[in-house]
Amino acid sequence: MIPLSWYLIFAAALFCIGLFGVMARKNAVAILMGVELMLNAVNINLLAFWRYLYAPDFAGWTFVAIVLVAAAAETAVGLALIISVYRRRSTVVVDDLSLMKG
Amino acid sequence: MTIQQVFFLAVAAITLFAAVMVVSTRRIMHAALWLILALFGVAVSFALLETGFFAVVQVVVYIGAIAILIIFAVMLTRQVFLDVGPQLNRGWWIPAVLVAGLYAALVGVLSTWSGFQTQAAALPEAASDLSQFGLALVDVNAYAVPFEVASVLLLGALVGAIFVASDRKGVER
Amino acid sequence: MLIEYVPLIIITTLAVILAILVVILGALFGPRRPTARKSAPYESGMTPFGAAQRRITVRYYLVAMLFILFDVETIFFLPWAVAFRQLGLFGLIEMFIFIGVLIVGYIYAWKKGALEWE
Repeated sequence: MIPLSWYLIFAAALFCIGLFGVMARKNAVAILMGVELMLNAVNINLLAFWRYLYAPDFAGWTFVAIVLVAAAAETAVGLALIISVYRRRSTVVVDDLSLMKG
Repeated sequence: MTIQQVFFLAVAAITLFAAVMVVSTRRIMHAALWLILALFGVAVSFALLETGFFAVVQVVVYIGAIAILIIFAVMLTRQVFLDVGPQLNRGWWIPAVLVAGLYAALVGVLSTWSGFQTQAAALPEAASDLSQFGLALVDVNAYAVPFEVASVLLLGALVGAIFVASDRKGVER
Repeated sequence: MLIEYVPLIIITTLAVILAILVVILGALFGPRRPTARKSAPYESGMTPFGAAQRRITVRYYLVAMLFILFDVETIFFLPWAVAFRQLGLFGLIEMFIFIGVLIVGYIYAWKKGALEWE
């Protein structure tokens, strides 16, 4: 059988790869993809802890459902913002969006 | 090594490889397609955790909707289809080192935890029953508040996203 | 139990093998006499004009975004529907509140013209 540690190591690796994407990517849409990877890693962790430690209680499931709703909301609003910025400034490269910089 | 372990390792390897391609491939459209593979790998690992409901939800919501939305956004925000030039920031090795350090720290801290090697107990009958989840969702003593708050969150996202996306200024026709 | 997923694995494996096999067999046994006309991208029989990789309009995005936000409700509707007979009146009222909040967003989308193609 698979011990809990395998899932935790797997999810930690997925989270770190997503974090790298968020920090290193230039394109705003690619940054959002990194955020999606991080949210998925969180969901794996939540369900793994639920399965191994809290099985009959549904707290883990509810949490995952809320994370999924938040992920959908974040994607919809985030991409709408990116598209709005693109239509005004014709770029999605975050380095070029430095209007607020002093 | 049981079959289950081999299967898990294969799924994890494919998912992590796809995730690395998502953050490193030069063409943004290819990154979106690799993202779909990574999301599917996560769905399979949900199934391995015996939460079939969330495996299906992952495919329906993440692959069926969120990935499609990202692909639409990629198609919307490009002048030239080919992404020329480097797609990573110039100092990309700094986050790489940071992330590797964070990963080592996470695994190090987790391995000192006593429950790290916990084996899965047999899942109780009630825990795989979807109607039990439905009962818990509307039970005031359980998760009725998160259930109602989720709709408010969706309402906020809906209004905000429509307001921002149907902004008429700066539209070139 | 995980044994329930074995048919799913079998059908996935078969689908992947079939997809690869069709491409390989087609490449091995199909006759190939390419001309300039034949190797052009297929565009319903018309002569292709312009690049295929044009930007699409924002209306597609609005439709996809409305779909995603109403798609997520499945997570809550499905367990509720499965448990419907055991819930009673209170569960029904709660679901009406849930839907009522979302109807507000639906009306907003309607009034804002997000459901129209123009």
